[in-house]
Amino acid sequence: MNSSSKTVQIQYFALMREERGLSKESYDTDASDAQELFEELKQKYRFSLDANRLRVSINDQFADWNQSLNHNDSIVFIPPVAGG
Amino acid sequence: MFSISSTVIDTNQLRSNFADKRAGAFVTFEGWVRDYNEGKDVLTLEYEAYDALCRHEADQILAEAKEKFGIIDAHCVHRTGLLSIGDLAVWVGVSSAHRGGAFDACRYIIDEIKSRLPIWKKETYVNGSSGWVNCQSHCSHGSTPNENTDPHKTSAKSEVATAPLKR
Repeated sequence: MNSSSKTVQIQYFALMREERGLSKESYDTDASDAQELFEELKQKYRFSLDANRLRVSINDQFADWNQSLNHNDSIVFIPPVAGG
Repeated sequence: MFSISSTVIDTNQLRSNFADKRAGAFVTFEGWVRDYNEGKDVLTLEYEAYDALCRHEADQILAEAKEKFGIIDAHCVHRTGLLSIGDLAVWVGVSSAHRGGAFDACRYIIDEIKSRLPIWKKETYVNGSSGWVNCQSHCSHGSTPNENTDPHKTSAKSEVATAPLKR
């Protein structure tokens, strides 16, 4: 791994869980922020939803797409919600 | 407080938690599973939640409601798992000295829960198809951004999407 690589913990829910085929994984990435990580995953796993349909959470709090990622961060890309 | 329940919600138990001699009003909202959504006959639906973020965000919503409307107490419970037509999916209870604040807070809480909490709903229809509500990939986002630029503000239409199961 190079110096910018980190391992993040990704959880998947709902449509993204079905498309990925997993509910969680440890993932090694050079991505510097959440936006970059999502684009990498979208290209790799062909997620159907674009980033403009999603929100992102880091360590169980809603986060900005340009928030930088740290080693062992917990990341969730949140599909359009439908609670209530 | 907010909680997620994978089993039937006990509304009598929830109601009993609100006893307070300062309260002159108690308002509740119940969200029930109905049989029809966006032109399709619904058979069942399944709720899935991102628990930890739900709790953080719901606690914030309840705190906002207390701040805005001067209420005494507010609780909310949301189901996860498989529900049938007529089942109780979400319960909100608010106590206040007077009814105005209780009504307003209850409305605020359910509206914010619907737009902000990471909870998803997969409907199964009478015709055998199923899909995640609001998640159709080719529909453009027609919702007006709110102050949090939340892309999940409920739009007039809910779209559904399916993915090939990879279980």
